[in-house]
Amino acid sequence: MSARDVRAAFDRRFVLKAGGALVIGFPLAGRALAQGADAAVAENLVRGAQAGPPDAEQIDTWLAINADNSATLYMGYAELGQGTTTALPMVAAEELDLEIGQIDSVQLDTNITPYQGGTYSSASIARGAPGVRRAAAEARQALLAMASEFLAEPVENLSVEGGVVSAVNAPAKVVTYGELVGGRRFDLAFTGAAPVKDPADYRLVGARAARKDMRAKVTGDYAYMQHERMDGMLHARIVRPRGQRAYGDGARVVSLDESSIAGIPGARVLRQGDFIAVAAPREWDAVRAAQMLAVEWAAPERPLPDSADLFARIRESATDDAVIEERGDADAALSDAAFTASFSSECPYQIHAPFAPNCATADVRADSARIVCSSQDIYATRRGVAALIGLAEEQVRVQYREGSGTYGKSCYDDCAQAAALASQLAGAPVRMQFMRWDEHGWDYCGPPHIGEVRIGADADGRITGYAYDGWQHTWSFVETTQQLATGAPAAGWPTGASRSVNPLVCGGMYSIPALRLTDHMLKVEDWLRAGWLRSPLDLAFAFTSEQAVDDLAYQLGMDPVEFRRRNIADDRWLGVLEAAAEAFGWEPRPAADRVQPVVTGRGIGLGTHLASWGGAAAEIAVNRSTGRVRIIRLVGALDAGCVVNPAIVEAQITGQLVQTVGRMLHEEVQLTPGGAASLDWASYPVARFADTPQITPVVVQRIDEPCSGAGEETMAAAAAAIGNAFFDATGKRISSFPMTQNRVLTALNA
Amino acid sequence: MAQTLIVNGEARESDSDPDTPLLYVLADELGLKGPRFGCGLAQCGSCSVLVDGVEVRSCVTPVAAVTNARITTLEGLPGLYAEQAGLTDAPELTPLQQAMIDEQAVQCGYCYNGMIVKASELLAANPDPSDAQIVDHMNGHLCRCGTYPRIVAAVRRAARAMNGGAQ
Ligand code: FES
Ligand code: FES
Repeated sequence: MSARDVRAAFDRRFVLKAGGALVIGFPLAGRALAQGADAAVAENLVRGAQAGPPDAEQIDTWLAINADNSATLYMGYAELGQGTTTALPMVAAEELDLEIGQIDSVQLDTNITPYQGGTYSSASIARGAPGVRRAAAEARQALLAMASEFLAEPVENLSVEGGVVSAVNAPAKVVTYGELVGGRRFDLAFTGAAPVKDPADYRLVGARAARKDMRAKVTGDYAYMQHERMDGMLHARIVRPRGQRAYGDGARVVSLDESSIAGIPGARVLRQGDFIAVAAPREWDAVRAAQMLAVEWAAPERPLPDSADLFARIRESATDDAVIEERGDADAALSDAAFTASFSSECPYQIHAPFAPNCATADVRADSARIVCSSQDIYATRRGVAALIGLAEEQVRVQYREGSGTYGKSCYDDCAQAAALASQLAGAPVRMQFMRWDEHGWDYCGPPHIGEVRIGADADGRITGYAYDGWQHTWSFVETTQQLATGAPAAGWPTGASRSVNPLVCGGMYSIPALRLTDHMLKVEDWLRAGWLRSPLDLAFAFTSEQAVDDLAYQLGMDPVEFRRRNIADDRWLGVLEAAAEAFGWEPRPAADRVQPVVTGRGIGLGTHLASWGGAAAEIAVNRSTGRVRIIRLVGALDAGCVVNPAIVEAQITGQLVQTVGRMLHEEVQLTPGGAASLDWASYPVARFADTPQITPVVVQRIDEPCSGAGEETMAAAAAAIGNAFFDATGKRISSFPMTQNRVLTALNA
Repeated sequence: MAQTLIVNGEARESDSDPDTPLLYVLADELGLKGPRFGCGLAQCGSCSVLVDGVEVRSCVTPVAAVTNARITTLEGLPGLYAEQAGLTDAPELTPLQQAMIDEQAVQCGYCYNGMIVKASELLAANPDPSDAQIVDHMNGHLCRCGTYPRIVAAVRRAARAMNGGAQ
């Protein structure tokens, strides 16, 4: 036994002895190790040596207490720029009675961190916090039991502050977490009985706290994915047609002339099937080689429509139709209604377009691989990479590094797979950096949408019937690298939440006796690759549904806030409606009552994604002669249940509202029969400084409620509010976005 | 072919081809983390550096074009600020960097290299810019996370601090 092992074994005996109350949860494996630890077994327990996911019922999986009385949190959610590495440690510090500065977290790693599901659906707090809270509570219980033994005081007599345990009636009796277990393992399974704090006792959760990553991000010390390097690596780039074709088409190589890059020092072609990459020792040489490599690509077999024909093509395409929610007789209710509104919308393909294109490094060997990338779900990435390169999942280690914000399924998996395959083909580690046109051109787009909604109300302004028909397609299941390299046929995700008409956004906020929601799903292989894009389809749903709701209010001569108030029974929806209206300074009046010659208008909207409640109000200006729209003011109110750090959620709401400005005014993937034609920031403009309205984020704090997600919910509400403001300003409904000058002039002249 | 660059006040050797964009020399050869790839097309500002105090896009600037110039990256801004403000020692953070923290402006932060470099250029020339001047000056820099309002607030705050106002 080494000195360290002896000490570890001794410490475990201490735990055994000290933790009389803990015997229930004491793991057999830990006991065996404590009794007869040999070096090999101990080595196996060094973090990172074994393929994960580690046992989620073990305290050590989640937390380490360090000798200096600080703690390290091993959590399963990634920092995507949204503040997870501040908010989740706050949750743990709360339960452990540590200060925020005493706890840090490590980057995700399939050999180290637990599996909590991917960091999407705004889940990092909603689904991440309960796991972290539970682990921290278990650790606290264990630490208090040890302290009780150490100080010879019953647990009830102990209190903790900043990781220092003291006896309530004997202040001289003090021991720190660090002294109890610092630098050593707990080797304790969850008891399932550790009490969690009453929200009324929270000191940290619910308070504004500065983000931990801010300083390094403004000094240039922060290491992003793009800064990752591997020893002996080559720089690699993919070579594909500029702009994806239909998903089912992939991209077929007709011919490839390797001699076209013979003049570039050390440049090599890496090819498997239709997957082509180049690699070179110097980055600029790889960039040049990718541009100069002569490849002839087969013409598309399923030409895409031109942008102008997109919606006509959708309308004439075959679909799989399904009623996804129905109650009462919506048709009868609509034909009996005193007032009816119907509205039809056309909403474009939009893309994630992360500010920095994805990057990944890979070192693939005969029997192991290490991949570093910016995946939202490292365990899913591991599965895909392992299958592609022919290794078992346990032989592949995937480590997360933050890139730029991803807003959903950007090209991170495609890039990780491309890096892995390139490394395997090159027989050397590689750093794969997508170029701007790769990322824009081969994004997993947010699908386009046609929405047709009909709503009826009685003479008192109560909604009686609602029908929504949505045309869209699902997400693509096969990564582009995998498809090109293996010829795997295009396949779609089964229809489900986020790719189907959303019952929460399409009428879900109102009490409606008769309702029918219908999906019309296009064949996935005929369209662009798709994946979840922040607020998936919800902008489109809310833009459509809430304009029809607004139209009913208009027909009834009612203020649109009052009309909504009358139709909402749910407190949470009412809460965000009132919060948005109040922060906006909403004075009741019917819409569009002062159109001439005023060209500003205001609108209200409600919306969400899968959970949480979003409300928004907008003030916009429309120039009737040029068709230019400017958004002057946006208020976004969000009820996300218990908000751990309101400062972070305010920043999230602000980001959502600015992004919504871009998506409502500028963002649209241009299509040609040859492929997607939005390949950079010129052909896919987004919101800029000059577009930014005055923004007011409002957090509706409900500290007693479960956390329910704060990454995307006000976007749908804001899209609706902007649509309704357009009507208030002009007396005309606008049925599609982005609100380009052409679309606006068409709407004004309709 | 070896060439000498003056980066953050130090002479640095590069053996890249003269037509190599400055970005790859700074990031790969010199290991700097400030200037970073975003588009390679001079469209986003991710790769911005100051060349003799003027913001340029290093992704499209051949290294041979700047061999006689003073290049300042994000890492060198405290030193440049000290020089401009007549301080003997470089502070850990410039007032602008401190203001970005005080406003809790950053989300993913990837665009902040360009944001801080570009706004530093503005503050060196105009110690008290109006909101409209800030927006106008910064409008060529993108932030996909949508942190524009807080950047504008941070530039204002930094200007106040530099003019002796509230820190
Ligand atoms: S990377 Fe140079 S401007 Fe975008
Ligand atoms: S903070 Fe993410 S791109 Fe600006």
